[in-house]
Amino acid sequence: MSSHELQSGPMEYRTEHGQSSILGFWIFLGAEIVLFSTLFATYAVLFGRTADSPAPAELFELETVLIMTFLLLTSSFTCGIAVHEMRHGSVKGLATWLIITLILGLGFLGFEIYEFFHYAHEGATLQASAFWSSFFTLAGTHGLHVTVGIGWAILLLIQLAQRGLTTVTSRKFFIISLYWHFLDVVWIFIFTSVYLIGMVV
Amino acid sequence: MQLDEFFVTGEPLIYGAMVSIVLVSAAILFILTYYKKWKWLWREWLTTVDHKKIGIMYILSALAMLFRGGVDALMMRTQLAFPDMNFLNSQHYNEIFTTHGTVMIIFMAMPFLIGLMNVVVPLQIGARDVAFPYLNAMSFWSFLFGALLFNISFVIGGSPDAGWTSYTPLAGAAMSPGPGQNFYLLGLQLSGIGTLATGINFMVTIIKMRAPGMKMFQMPIFTWSTFVTSFIIVFAFPILTVALALMTIDRIFGAQFFTLTGEGLPMMWANLFWMWGHPEVYIVILPAFGIFSEVIATFARKQLFGYKAMVWSMILIAGLSFLVWVHHFFTMGAGAFVNSVFSVSTMLIAVPTGVKIFNWLGTLYKSKIQATTAMMWSLAFIPSFVIGGVTGVMLGMAAADYQFHNSYFLVAHFHYVLISGTVFACFSGLVYWYPKMFGHKLNEKIGKLSFWFFVIGFHVCFFPQYFVGLDGMPRRTFAIVLEWMPLNIISTCGAFLMGAGFAIFIYNVYYSFRYSKRETTGDSWDGRTLEWATPTPVPFYNFATVPHIRSNDAYVEMKSKGETTFDEKNLEPIHMPSNTGQPIIMMAIMFMASFFLVFEWIWLAIASLIGVIIMMVIRSFDYDDGFHVEVDEIKRTERSARGL
Repeated sequence: MSSHELQSGPMEYRTEHGQSSILGFWIFLGAEIVLFSTLFATYAVLFGRTADSPAPAELFELETVLIMTFLLLTSSFTCGIAVHEMRHGSVKGLATWLIITLILGLGFLGFEIYEFFHYAHEGATLQASAFWSSFFTLAGTHGLHVTVGIGWAILLLIQLAQRGLTTVTSRKFFIISLYWHFLDVVWIFIFTSVYLIGMVV
Repeated sequence: MQLDEFFVTGEPLIYGAMVSIVLVSAAILFILTYYKKWKWLWREWLTTVDHKKIGIMYILSALAMLFRGGVDALMMRTQLAFPDMNFLNSQHYNEIFTTHGTVMIIFMAMPFLIGLMNVVVPLQIGARDVAFPYLNAMSFWSFLFGALLFNISFVIGGSPDAGWTSYTPLAGAAMSPGPGQNFYLLGLQLSGIGTLATGINFMVTIIKMRAPGMKMFQMPIFTWSTFVTSFIIVFAFPILTVALALMTIDRIFGAQFFTLTGEGLPMMWANLFWMWGHPEVYIVILPAFGIFSEVIATFARKQLFGYKAMVWSMILIAGLSFLVWVHHFFTMGAGAFVNSVFSVSTMLIAVPTGVKIFNWLGTLYKSKIQATTAMMWSLAFIPSFVIGGVTGVMLGMAAADYQFHNSYFLVAHFHYVLISGTVFACFSGLVYWYPKMFGHKLNEKIGKLSFWFFVIGFHVCFFPQYFVGLDGMPRRTFAIVLEWMPLNIISTCGAFLMGAGFAIFIYNVYYSFRYSKRETTGDSWDGRTLEWATPTPVPFYNFATVPHIRSNDAYVEMKSKGETTFDEKNLEPIHMPSNTGQPIIMMAIMFMASFFLVFEWIWLAIASLIGVIIMMVIRSFDYDDGFHVEVDEIKRTERSARGL
């Protein structure tokens, strides 16, 4: 393990440990892609197997889902700005934009929880049929990831307040930004292949 | 829940096991207390992040699991020796073949190989540890606690009994109520976390931490096999994670993925399981190939023949391993076209595997073979594995598979590939790297005795099973008919010979610890790769100075030039990670959470999961940056290790 530190370039890449961590996280995201692919495949296989429960087209509402999509896509953009600010060494800019990101993320979660309760109220529960089991598991896994991301980011914001921007903290922020963008990508697939297709079929 | 529902009751064998568990645990506690070893255990082992120690712990646990799985096997073979045996009843037999399979694949084969990877790979590439030592410790503890969770099932709650493949709807809540199947799901889930982390860890380690100058195609072949295996792990394990989670949600929260109600699809489980399961068998065979390549090259005293072809064939096998999963259930009725596609892809795997076989033969050709114990395990592998491989191609023909399916022919096939491939490799690798790990060799004479017992026992045990399978004996049956008796008796005798071989091997560990000559150099076998360039025992920082690599078989070149890994003039302080108790504590809490979930005590499980989250928060705020080993200390250590 070398403790040599580069003097230029983005802070998160200056130490060998920083580089390794980021590479490791990319590989982890590769594993996450497989995880979500499996859930998508399960959903596709079980599509239409609703038994006695309502069909998705009866319950999906374009409005709610569009709001959720805009909230999450915007949060990805603000997350990008946060990292941009970090690269300029602005602690305040990073914190501000990250907090905005989290608020948008919380908004998304709020709508998702409302949506789930609404479906359950209409008789579409996890237990109702194979289709709804796969729907709740797929969307729920994504929602759980967003929740974890929010909790994680709060921890990092506390560390930012304690320590400022160092090679370690900036690496952590960079990694959570990768994570956040990844969730956005997954959502795009959920939006199209779950909601849009579910509404027309 | 009543206490007699919590503990398994009514089986004399299990009462015996309970008593022995209590006695062994008491004995361990007594010994640790009597010799005042608690502090030592905590400081040197339980909190370690050193890849060598973690590797050793993996291997010790795997040997314990091999014992457990082996006892299961002997019990099954006893039951099957004669018609109308009343040794095990059908329920107990179901439980035992389930745990035998699961333990051997998940808790024996994989940890054994991962243990060897841990010990060897950083040394082979000139690294001072893996990329993420903390994560590595977490991987180990998640495996160990997962194994523990799975293994306590036979005294608490009851063992799973739906086979190691746990096909639904049999394994679902309706047909397998109770905690047994939950032990399977959560035990595997818990240890799976660690396996995935190991895959990521080794990928990063191998990509980022090679010695200066070492190109990818100059890496030792075992490192290559680890690298390819890590890819398979990263892309296959999430599928298992999801499959297990879906079945857990089915069983505990009443979802309908694999149920017969609510339009669930039981056969989707078989697909998901084998989409992980087939890559999994390559996870346990590719590192084995790597070990054989190292051992054969070393004791043939030649450079490995066809190094590049070896690497490419591993990559090809890894790719193909994701494209053959349907061959595990040709009889499901997916249709002629689908079966044909998977039949062809299955047979394709024989091509790169054949390439490897010929390369090993090419390495041996016209060489001066040293018949050490490690080499003999490797040499026995080649013909045995070919038998297993050829019968595999037979099974791969979809039309013929309708006859072989679910018979002992299949049982013989996969034991032939898994034992002569993976288990022989584990023994070969353990004997080969033993001096590096423990500072002395295993006794060769006793080693060869255990080798002959095990290998002869192996063929006596499994070769007849091909024929009894063709005679119509189905797998997973707990009773045989008179017609199958002769071959079954032979098979059972073979199984006990293997058991004797294992016992002799373990005795050898004790004998060698007492009487073997201690190693004075680090280069026990006149080795070819970097791990032999370190002194034995290996200092915790591995390399005082990391050599510059210019060729394959780096250490051969170093020896010819008189270079060592102790270049006194170029010493620099070495940065090393600190020990930490967090991984074991975190995984112990995770174990509690999983245990509560097994019994569906949801609130207790949630409370424990909060404990896990607290441990993660603590980790996030932990800025411990490790420590530096000063030049003086390195000098002192190296001089005494090298006798300078």
